[in-house]
Amino acid sequence: MSAELTQFLLTGITIGAIYALVALGFSIIYNASQVINFAQGEFVMIGGMTTVSLVDGGMPLPLAIALAVVVAAAVGLLLEKLAIERARGASVVTLIIITIGASIFLRGLAQLVWDKNFHALRPFTGSTPIAVFGATILPQSLWVLGVTVLIVAALGWFFGRTLLGKGMLATSHNRLAAELVGVRVKGMLLLAFGLSAALGAIAGILTAPITITSYDVGVMLGLKGFAAAILGGLGSGVGAVAGGLALGILESLGAGFVSSAYKDVIAFVIILAVLFFRPSGLFARRSAERV
Amino acid sequence: MLEVRGLTSHYGRIPALKGIDVDVREGELVALVGANGAGKTTLLRTLSGVQPATGGHVRFDGADVTHAAPDRRVGLGIVQVPEGRQVFAPLTVEDNLRLGAYRRGGKAAAATLERIYAMFPRLRERRASLAGTLSGGEQQMLAMGRAVMAQPRLLLLDEPSMGLAPLLVQEVFAYVRRLKEEGRTIFLVDQNARAALSVADRAYVLETGQVVLAGTGAELAANPQVQQAYLGL
Repeated sequence: MSAELTQFLLTGITIGAIYALVALGFSIIYNASQVINFAQGEFVMIGGMTTVSLVDGGMPLPLAIALAVVVAAAVGLLLEKLAIERARGASVVTLIIITIGASIFLRGLAQLVWDKNFHALRPFTGSTPIAVFGATILPQSLWVLGVTVLIVAALGWFFGRTLLGKGMLATSHNRLAAELVGVRVKGMLLLAFGLSAALGAIAGILTAPITITSYDVGVMLGLKGFAAAILGGLGSGVGAVAGGLALGILESLGAGFVSSAYKDVIAFVIILAVLFFRPSGLFARRSAERV
Repeated sequence: MLEVRGLTSHYGRIPALKGIDVDVREGELVALVGANGAGKTTLLRTLSGVQPATGGHVRFDGADVTHAAPDRRVGLGIVQVPEGRQVFAPLTVEDNLRLGAYRRGGKAAAATLERIYAMFPRLRERRASLAGTLSGGEQQMLAMGRAVMAQPRLLLLDEPSMGLAPLLVQEVFAYVRRLKEEGRTIFLVDQNARAALSVADRAYVLETGQVVLAGTGAELAANPQVQQAYLGL
């Protein structure tokens, strides 16, 4: 394998891991409510921007990160409480439009709270590239990959092993039956928004030292995460991760071998291609139901 | 145990229940029969709290639960096996059962799970299968097992025999009898009026959202009106 190709793959996997985290956020809310939360990218922005300003204010990095995740989760909970829950009984399309409104609102608010400039977070542990198979990888990329693996494992445990996680899945599959076994359905939706916001914030913090952050960084990252979720099959956890990695690698290869001008085009070509040829995504839940 | 007085419920502006009075005493098996659209399922949904009551009272053990949230009612012991089974199709049989004990937590559920496998051996065999791949009869057993996992004090059964072959209908009613023998209080809705009346201690006949007749199972089964309308005699 040429060093060039290795380099593109490493870059692709790193950015793909970020897309995967954003895509997981989309999937969790989608599962709990069938809503596509277009404010997911704003959680990413809030995570990155909050960390940057706390660190600039002199706070130690680990504490700033923890606080930023809490802030983003709180915004997620408020969004559900004040906007989504209020519109209870509205159609899914209405709820999706509410999330679009929320995303514009949050972006505007970010301009006021912060500014319109670009901000960089310093890498967690130095910036000396590490040589791998003739290519190089930044220490920050290792953070991205490591944390993503941990989060995917934690989510796997939560949904596969805990009763609360199963209750959340049950709510997504059959809301009425979930209510009848005693799951507090409203609480589940709240939990989904909090969890997704926290995931988005973590993605935003991890990527802030690599890609630079600003008040509108969430627009593109949100759309890329959405493309990844669609590619993998909305609502599928495995699909979100696979979709994220695939999108990241395709993007990186496209930028490297074709032209970096087309980097962003790839995500949208993928959305269109998936919607045309395989609307349920690559890893869509196989529906096995008998009536 | 359950005391329903003047209960009303509406779909939009259309009344579905027009002042229902029903009592279920501890240890009884009470049946509710009536034609399609009479409001049987609406009554059970209102008792579980997934359909809002617009008037009247529901008391359970003397406590007013008319407007209690569904999960609170499950915690009190009012548990429903809904119409059409409503199993969690993409989850395994065992996960479905464990979710039945959602309010009780995982540890308390283990012993109950064993009891349910003893009662429904077929579910033990298929514990790792996805619930959606079970046959209709198996799904009904799963739905009943899931409800029993919650340790119900009052079990609401909505159309347990619907869509099942005659042999399976007999089997389902055998399980209903067994649950009653275990001392559970059961409120049963079924279109199969003959079978329902034969297992019931008492029964109510529901017509267009109102109780029109009440009596023991045998009394109603012998009532000419009931015979003509629901038993096809």
